[in-house]
Amino acid sequence: MTQRIAVLVEHLEGQPTDVTFELLGLARRIANTDGASVQAYLFGERVGHLAESLPADSVTVVEHPALHHLAPEPTARVLAALLPADLPRLLLVPNTSLGMDVAAWVAAALEWPLVAYCQALEHRESRLVATAQLFGGKILADVTLDERPTVIAALAGAFAADAVNPGAPGQIERRDAPAELAALRTRSVVLERPEAADVDITRAEKIVAVGRGIESKDNLELAEQVAQALGAVLAASRPLVDAGWLPRSRQVGKSGLKVKPKLYFALGISGAPEHLEGMKDAELIIAVNKDPKAPIFGVADYGAVADLFEVSEALLERLEG
Amino acid sequence: MTIVVVMEQVPDVVEELAIAPSGTDLDRDAVSYVLNEYDDHALEEALLLAEASGDEVVAVGIDTTGELDQTLYTALAKGARRAIKLTGDFEGTWLSTRAAARLLVPVIQELGPRLVLTGVQAPDDLDGQLAPTLAALLGWPHASVVIGSELVDGLVQVRKELWGGITMTLELELPAVLGVQAARQAPRYVPISRVRQVMREASIETREVEAPDRLVPAVTALRVPEQAGRAEILTGSSAEIADRIIELLRARGLL
Repeated sequence: MTQRIAVLVEHLEGQPTDVTFELLGLARRIANTDGASVQAYLFGERVGHLAESLPADSVTVVEHPALHHLAPEPTARVLAALLPADLPRLLLVPNTSLGMDVAAWVAAALEWPLVAYCQALEHRESRLVATAQLFGGKILADVTLDERPTVIAALAGAFAADAVNPGAPGQIERRDAPAELAALRTRSVVLERPEAADVDITRAEKIVAVGRGIESKDNLELAEQVAQALGAVLAASRPLVDAGWLPRSRQVGKSGLKVKPKLYFALGISGAPEHLEGMKDAELIIAVNKDPKAPIFGVADYGAVADLFEVSEALLERLEG
Repeated sequence: MTIVVVMEQVPDVVEELAIAPSGTDLDRDAVSYVLNEYDDHALEEALLLAEASGDEVVAVGIDTTGELDQTLYTALAKGARRAIKLTGDFEGTWLSTRAAARLLVPVIQELGPRLVLTGVQAPDDLDGQLAPTLAALLGWPHASVVIGSELVDGLVQVRKELWGGITMTLELELPAVLGVQAARQAPRYVPISRVRQVMREASIETREVEAPDRLVPAVTALRVPEQAGRAEILTGSSAEIADRIIELLRARGLL
């Protein structure tokens, strides 16, 4: 039997997410080298119609009300029920909020190896090597895969969605909902959109973003002054929002918002992978950070290894002067 | 009833990290350890739940650093009723998530909590996050990226963050496992004098446990990412840097 590279299709409100196509692109590249085929797992309540839009050789569809929003327990249980018979070479799952709950659960339940935070997956001398981003993006871990079926939790935005074969739609295979779905211990699942925020940072042309380097809530005032002087809005990395210093509507990154302003001025942001995911496509990135090794300098156009307070004061003197 | 919080110490990624000569682990001698920030949020969320429900919070940790006492005493000072430390032949080891979960499951089963909370992720969880791994081994429902929870009528109602501010609200039967991203409020502060007092008055329960066969994640090699080096570095005094920034913005019509 031809080996398969399987992908869990992530979708939200009736649309496959971008990362789904990135993983299908990755699966296609691996499959082409290995002579394997690409299999998509499409779970949901009424999602069968999405199957034709997926660039896969086969699409395995399971429809059940409990799978409506791809909640952790039902999604993981269906995969764990199907995988031991399907035995794909790889199962690619997005390392997103929805995906991480499924990837780790399935891998642990089946005792399959798992590589999370995967940012690269390639052949090296006929072996597959997965590269994971660890320790806040400061260290990469190469993992040479053995012959066992392996779960890969892949970072969104790390793989190109191209190289897919749009050709004929894949073969659609409907499967009955596994018996496990009758005994779920997850009850209701409801999605909520955020309430209208005071500021929509995704529409801002200029953003001043602050990170941990700002040190205290009191110092936000200085950053706010810089933002005002530049005609920018103030945004933040996750730790500041988690600390309650700024509302969630101001959070840039994987669990926050993706922004693409003309200017992204990062003050005291080290640039954890989750943050970079949300801002690396900004047109002009200028970063000020004390740590010359901060990963933010890897995506910034201009950087200054300096004290953000001194630079902010100097900017204010000149702009307000 | 009991709520268990699993807490771990992790390398401080704000500090410089070096790779050990083996090439498969950090140079542990050069690492400074901190409490995983998400575990601090998990503790806070557990304390908030317990304050509303009257549950007892038990902090549990695997001591891979020899320094876990400080974390556990702080948890006691903040309001945990008990602290349990698992020790064994794994000090200084990079414990894989699955090995950690296997060590924790028997203790959790013995404590019989109605909730287990831990941080949503850790900087070193190469083989996946702890909360879903524990849930799989325990056979309990779970959710991660939790930003709020409430015990209602024998269920836990959980807010899970997706992205872009979209949240998923789930009701899970108990017992359940939660991976906490952020507690409803910032983790509480406890003065060091209070921690010292707790160190005199309370004690940490230590359990010697047997290390599993396979402790560490299956790493072939660690490496430092090549600096994409895209940034052109602005040098000089803060004033000179500010001048250059303004120049750059003016040149692009951004000022």
